[in-house]
Amino acid sequence: MTKQDIIKPENLVYGKTKVLTDNIMHYCPGCSHGVIHKLIAEVIEEMGIQEKTIGIAPVGCSVFAYNYLDIDMQEAAHGRAPALATAIKRLMPDKVVFTYQGDGDLAAIGTAETIHACNRGENIVIFFVNNGIYGMTGGQMAPTTLEGMKTATCPYGRNTDMYGFPLRISDLLKEIDGTCYVTRQSVHKTANIVRAKKAIRKAFQNSIDGKGTSIVEFVSHCNTNWKMTPVQSNAWMEEHMFAKYPLGDLKDTPKKRFDEINHL
Amino acid sequence: MKKEIIIAGFGGQGVLSMGKILAYAGLMQGKEVTWMPAYGPEQRGGTANVTVILSDDPIASPLLQKYDIVVVLNQPSMDKFEPRVKPGGILIFDPNGMTRVPERKDINVYRIPATDTAAALGQVKTFNMFVLGGLLKVDPVVELDKVMLGLKKSLPERHHKLLPANEAAMLKGGEIIEKL
Amino acid sequence: MEEIKLMKGNEAFAHAAVRSGCDGYFGYPITPQSEVMETLQELKPWEETGMVVLQAESEVSAINMVYAGAACGKKVMTSSSSPGVSLKQEGISYIAAAELPCLILNVMRGGPGLGTIQPSQADYFQSVKGGGHGDYHMIVLAPSTVQEMADFVDLGYELAFKYRNPVLMLSDGVIGQMMEKVVLPPYKPRRTMEEVIAQCPWATTGKVGRPHNIITSLALESEVMEATNNRLQAKYREIEENEVRFEEYMLDDAEYVFVAFGSSARICKQAVEYARAEGIKVGVLRPITLFPFPTKKIQELATRVKGFMSIEMSAGQMVEDVRLAVNGTKPVGFYGRQGGIIPSAEEALEALKTQIIK
Repeated sequence: MTKQDIIKPENLVYGKTKVLTDNIMHYCPGCSHGVIHKLIAEVIEEMGIQEKTIGIAPVGCSVFAYNYLDIDMQEAAHGRAPALATAIKRLMPDKVVFTYQGDGDLAAIGTAETIHACNRGENIVIFFVNNGIYGMTGGQMAPTTLEGMKTATCPYGRNTDMYGFPLRISDLLKEIDGTCYVTRQSVHKTANIVRAKKAIRKAFQNSIDGKGTSIVEFVSHCNTNWKMTPVQSNAWMEEHMFAKYPLGDLKDTPKKRFDEINHL
Repeated sequence: MKKEIIIAGFGGQGVLSMGKILAYAGLMQGKEVTWMPAYGPEQRGGTANVTVILSDDPIASPLLQKYDIVVVLNQPSMDKFEPRVKPGGILIFDPNGMTRVPERKDINVYRIPATDTAAALGQVKTFNMFVLGGLLKVDPVVELDKVMLGLKKSLPERHHKLLPANEAAMLKGGEIIEKL
Repeated sequence: MEEIKLMKGNEAFAHAAVRSGCDGYFGYPITPQSEVMETLQELKPWEETGMVVLQAESEVSAINMVYAGAACGKKVMTSSSSPGVSLKQEGISYIAAAELPCLILNVMRGGPGLGTIQPSQADYFQSVKGGGHGDYHMIVLAPSTVQEMADFVDLGYELAFKYRNPVLMLSDGVIGQMMEKVVLPPYKPRRTMEEVIAQCPWATTGKVGRPHNIITSLALESEVMEATNNRLQAKYREIEENEVRFEEYMLDDAEYVFVAFGSSARICKQAVEYARAEGIKVGVLRPITLFPFPTKKIQELATRVKGFMSIEMSAGQMVEDVRLAVNGTKPVGFYGRQGGIIPSAEEALEALKTQIIK
């Protein structure tokens, strides 16, 4: 087999999805945003929903997600993505709408928007990347920062007497009647990537089926601000982050429907 | 023609709705009208008042310092608005709960025992219609049939069975009002 | 036959919204404007026109819903009163920066802080000079009647879409709570999705047969951000050139001019009646657009009148723009009440006499 044979289309075994643009990503080497973007893009292509999917980028490292995903996108003010998604889905119910948010965006400044979009059972998907730190602004403490973990704004480690505890926001969201699917995934190993992709597909399908709000949390790392190599931070994540944020499905039941409830 | 009216009393006395009926009636008579409540506290049992202006010409300010007709249904309202009747204007008060009668001599003062009459007739809910009937007796700023139309407009349909009682109250109000 | 209704300004606004072909309302209760959402919920427009009405969890959320709806090319709106509008400022800055068309109603109440629920006009600076961060302007319409609360909905959307810019209706507790007669505008159908896409090819309506659309206000390169600012400023100059609106009341022979907007303008018209009865020739200039401000009209008046008097329910805000326009050529006085107290026509006239006529 010559080189020319190998690159023939019929011999292609892997290709970049057309839902990713050709723009070079700004993410740090080792960061999982690129993998998660790719998985979302692949699922959008496989489900044939590129033309009707509207995405919402947050404030945070993934603020430029709109440069990488070849779909219509809006950039939200910090924390407001679920409010944006609510309006888009309500105004254009045939669209598939998702937010892509980090831990500071979703679980600190945007807590109210997150909880109330979930509580209304908006038929949207929330992708939540939790790396326990503010990446874009240079490694400050997040609501999900682990106890004792050092960041730029808790340089001696997160002291729970001063700053409270790491917030397991997905555990809160699973208790809300409007959510239908809450799952915690990671993308640091091949098997995890396969599972994460299935979760993404399921979340989109839930949205299309009108089952309620789906939340896919990706437990991630930030090797730059954790000040480790990517390999070290993966190991640290497995040991510490997974202990606080264990992987797996937290909830998988459709939201209660108005016409199924006994009213006053 | 321009009539500048304020109705003032306690929240729950039907002050705002009395004003509304007047405004609707004015509208049906082809008048320009404004209905401006002192809003907020009326829902909480405080003092309530509403300024109603009926005019042949467009109305400038919906809020005023002096009035042609002042209707006061409690003592604080009398204290506040008696000085603000235009000379030669009309002041109507219900003596129930009042500690004094109006003192001014340059205005026309009318007393209407609407609270007592409404209670005696078992018509407490149409109290404000007794007062309105009294007002229209001393100054027919709008026609009675327009008031009934206005009332019909401002009442939800499920309450239309109450229209005869309201009309009766209004007619009775015209009988019990007296000039001091 | 046109139907004459008697209703509050807030109610008229809500009815006009449904009739304007509005796609969505997003709000949060606050006195004295809660009748807007209450009326919309009672009208159930989603059954008739398909209009979405949603009570959000906060004013912050509501304005961001408006951002997203406008970014889809939809006719969307929100309403609130002063403290709630303060909360919306971040979102308004983003909307202005992303050049999105929408309608915002502020039924002003007295501040600062939680303040009072009674009427005020003390959000003039916030509305006209920016309010949120960065250099931007909203087009600001100031209704002074219940009829204008209805009519300015259509006008607002027309301007919003013409310039891809947020439009603010700056009303107050008097206009919102007062009942007057109103002729509601005729029903306009909501635009179809095809019409939305044709009118707003920039909107996030789904990537169909074109490159993907992105709505963002972010530009990390300073040169790009400066170019964005220059483009915005050019648009604002164009708006100032083309969209100034005002009402002249008895100005033809006037020697003195009350400058007032909204309910204060109505009080000034009353004051004119009193003044003319005394032989004082005074008229009213009522700015209908507060941005753009009728600067040229005031400059023209300054060449032929003896003085100006700005009457406001504030400590004196619009008077600064009057002074800038008059530029020292004629005396400019100010009288205002605050905290929810409305200046009376008698007080306005007295202030004119003591400060300007002397």
